[in-house]
Amino acid sequence: MGFLLVFALVPLLVVAWAIGLYNGLVRLRVQVESAWKQIDVQLKRRHDLIPNLVNTVKGLMKFEQETLGKVMEARAKAVGATTVAEKSAAESALSQSIGRFLAVVENYPDIKSNQSVLKLQEELTTTENQIGFSRQHYNDLVMRFNTQQQIFPASLVAGMFGFKPAEFLQIEAGERAVPSVDLSLT
Amino acid sequence: MTTARPELWEEQARNRRATAFLIIAFIALLVVLGFGFDLFLMGARADRGGATVPFIPIAAPIALLVGGLQAVGGYYGGASAVLASSRARPADPSDPREQTLLNVVSEMRLASGLPMPKVYVVPDADPNAFAVGRDPEHAAITVTRGLLEQLDREELQGVVAHEMGHVRNLDIRTMTLVAALLGSLVLLSDFAARSIRFGGAGGARGGRGGSRRGGEPLIILFFVVWIALVLLTPFIGQMMAFAVSRSREYHADASAAEFTRNPIGLARALRKIEAAAAPTTAIGRGSAHLCIADPRGRAVNEREGRVASLFATHPPIAKRIAILESMAGARA
Repeated sequence: MGFLLVFALVPLLVVAWAIGLYNGLVRLRVQVESAWKQIDVQLKRRHDLIPNLVNTVKGLMKFEQETLGKVMEARAKAVGATTVAEKSAAESALSQSIGRFLAVVENYPDIKSNQSVLKLQEELTTTENQIGFSRQHYNDLVMRFNTQQQIFPASLVAGMFGFKPAEFLQIEAGERAVPSVDLSLT
Repeated sequence: MTTARPELWEEQARNRRATAFLIIAFIALLVVLGFGFDLFLMGARADRGGATVPFIPIAAPIALLVGGLQAVGGYYGGASAVLASSRARPADPSDPREQTLLNVVSEMRLASGLPMPKVYVVPDADPNAFAVGRDPEHAAITVTRGLLEQLDREELQGVVAHEMGHVRNLDIRTMTLVAALLGSLVLLSDFAARSIRFGGAGGARGGRGGSRRGGEPLIILFFVVWIALVLLTPFIGQMMAFAVSRSREYHADASAAEFTRNPIGLARALRKIEAAAAPTTAIGRGSAHLCIADPRGRAVNEREGRVASLFATHPPIAKRIAILESMAGARA
């Protein structure tokens, strides 16, 4: 009787355990997908914000029309991009132009203290940061998802149900430098 | 920097184990208190005269039930009570500094993959911050006005990341539970202490006339230990709450470094918060363990000595800064 119970219990436990591993992998995959969508949401947010922000400081920054123009230009390219490669190139060019703009503002102390310029600076900084952090989170999740698939015994479940490793996002050096532009509050 | 540093995970795992141990000890204390009450005051072990009456614990399950009910109460009502008592108001986007705060919180919610928490500001000039809520979906991050005025963006990001760490690690839930457990422990030990006083050694409490004298030495030993526990429980519980809080601060610091990839920002913020060591008057004693730095501004948190460590809600800031700086060093 006891033996029978053990024989019945062991496969049950193994199955329950495999279900747990499977669910863990599925949960991670869903998280990876939603993190990927979150990056798109943030990029879209940036596209929507830039025209308004640029318009509010256009009058104040006559001497930097070129820098502002480049931001708008890069934005137009990013909005118009269709293929994935085009998109990623255009978005990183946009990040760079925004970074350049933020650096330029630093050169004009009188303009820097203007309320609407400060607001613009803050909005651009947080937009860039939000994109950067969404990417970072996506990569963190990809790492966890991929590691989980390789670790025994989850690797057995992953293999059985055809889980595939997700792809890391390459973060370009120029882009990563943007959040380090110092915009001290004090 | 596309990967999370492994040492961050190690730090988190170690802290999780320590916390699990403390919470189990908390529950064990509840059970021991209850059983002792059954044994010595309710006379559940009335085996005098040869007839062994089966041991039916009554106080122990009641103790657990009361603890459980109080935990549920604190779980749903604790967060709003803390927010109300510290006069917190929602962050105002028309104020530039508070807009920056909202932006930084949004950045950190993206870095952590959590839902956007509610953001509150406490009108107090001393820099401090805390997080409350029963789960990440109902979390609230609160900072003082002084914090917004004294920290730069990078430092503010570190502090917000630290609070998001508390949210992600479910510290906010555990701290609420610990507070509720502590409350019930104090209540029960107080009740037991009163019962001893009024019931006396040969008390007529309980239907079975549980008067007991003499007995086996083992029982006497347990009785002595139990009396000691009854009297010391408020202190033991307090120390446990403090210890849970302390290990969690290191844990949240590690999470902050993981989210921002910039441990130095938080280290600098901690240094500034420490320098402004004046008490945060708006935040009451009962919420001290929730804050990023002890709002009581006590010197006890600055020392690492054994006695000082027992009573501090927070680890020494110098030690936290040293750990954060070593994380930054390890990455270079």
